Amino acid sequence: MNLAREFNKGIWRENAVFRLMLGLCPTLAVTTSAINGLGMGLATTFVLLCSNIVVSLLRKLIPGQVRIPAFIVIIASFVTVVQLVMEGYMYDLYKALGIFIPLIVVNCLILGRAEAFASRNSFVPSVVDGAGMGFGFTLALFILGAVREIFGSGTLFGLGLFGAGFTPFLLMILPPGAFIALGILVGGMNRLEALRKQRPGDRTIGV
Amino acid sequence: MKKTITQLALVLTLITAGAGLVLSLVEAVTREPIAEQRRLETLRALQAVLPEVDNSPDADTVSLPVGKDRKGQDVLRTFYRGRSNGALAGVAFKVTSPEGYSGNIDIMVGVTPGGTVTGIEILSHSETPGLGDKIEQEEFTRQFKGKTLESADWRVKKDGGEFDQITGATISPRAVVSAVSKGLAFYQKNRKEITAAEGSSE
Repeated sequence: MNLAREFNKGIWRENAVFRLMLGLCPTLAVTTSAINGLGMGLATTFVLLCSNIVVSLLRKLIPGQVRIPAFIVIIASFVTVVQLVMEGYMYDLYKALGIFIPLIVVNCLILGRAEAFASRNSFVPSVVDGAGMGFGFTLALFILGAVREIFGSGTLFGLGLFGAGFTPFLLMILPPGAFIALGILVGGMNRLEALRKQRPGDRTIGV
Repeated sequence: MKKTITQLALVLTLITAGAGLVLSLVEAVTREPIAEQRRLETLRALQAVLPEVDNSPDADTVSLPVGKDRKGQDVLRTFYRGRSNGALAGVAFKVTSPEGYSGNIDIMVGVTPGGTVTGIEILSHSETPGLGDKIEQEEFTRQFKGKTLESADWRVKKDGGEFDQITGATISPRAVVSAVSKGLAFYQKNRKEITAAEGSSE
C-alpha cells in the first residue's frame, strides 16, 4: 500500500467536498469567511484523525452488527472534546462556529471514513487516510471561505482588500452564495481534470 | 461467527463507558477556562454599556424574577451594579428578544440609576449576515444612548417611532427596540429593589 497515494487522494482525487460531495452541511453553512472555513476544517480534521485511529485499533473488537452505534459514540466523544477545548481556549472561534461544532458528529465524511477505510485497515494507513482526507477537507473549506469572504465582504482574514470604494457582493456570504461558489469551484476542478486527461502520456494519477 | 446479543451489548457498554471516562476527564480540565471565558465575556459587555466604574459589576448583583417558565419556576434576571467611589454609577442587565428574524437576540443594556440608557451591546444573535447583523454595529446601537423610557418613542421609524431601522432588515431592529424598552420598563418598576445599597451579591 502506497502511503503517499493514500494521503494525496484526499486532496484531489477523492476530495471530500469537491469530489465526494461529503460533509456539505458544515461546508456550505460556515464558510462565510476564510478563518471560519479554516477553523471548521481543522476541528473536523482532528475528529477525523482521532476517530480513524480508534476505529482502526478497535476494528477487531467491534462486532459488525453494532459497528455504526460504536462509531457514532467514538465520533461524538471526540466532537465533545473539541467543543470543550475550543470553548475554553479559543472562545472567539467557538462563538463563530457555534452550532456547527456539535454537527461535526453527523458529518458523513467522518462516519464514511470510519466505515469505508478505518474499519478495514490497520493503524498507519488509517492515520494517513484521516490526515489526507482532513487536509483536503480543510483546504476545500478554506478556499470556499476565502472566495466568499473576498467577494462578499471585500476582506480576507478580516483585512480590507479593496479600500472604501468597494461595494461587497452581499449575495456571496448569504446561503445562496455558498451554492454558487461551490458550483463554480467544482466546475473549475472538473474542467482541469478533463484537460489533464486529454493530454496523452500524462497518466500520473489514475482515477 | 454470530455474536449473541449479550456480547453485542457488552461491547457497546465498554465503548460508551470508555467514552464517558475520557469526556469526564476533559470536562474536568476545561471547566475552569470555560467559566473564566464566560466571565470575561460578561465583563467585556458590562464595560461597553456602563459608564466609568471602579468596582467589578459582576460581583455586585441583584437578581429579580421577571416571569415564570413553562414549569412554573421563576426566571431570574441579574442586575449588575457599577459603582464609582462607592456610589451607584450605573446598572446593567441582559434582555432577550424572542422576536428576531432567526432565533433569540441577547442584549446587554446599561442604564444610569435614574433610568437613562448609557449603552447597549448585542451579546448574541443569529440574524442574517450582512443584513440583520448590522444591529451589532455602533451606528445602530449608539442611537439608544441617552434615551429614557419616557423621552423616546420606542418603535422603529417605519412603525412611527424614532429608531432607525436597517435597510433590508426591519425585523431585527424592531426586536431589539422592543426588548430594550421592555427591559427599561421592568427596571423602572423595580428600581427601588435594584438600586438598594444592600443586595444579595452571590
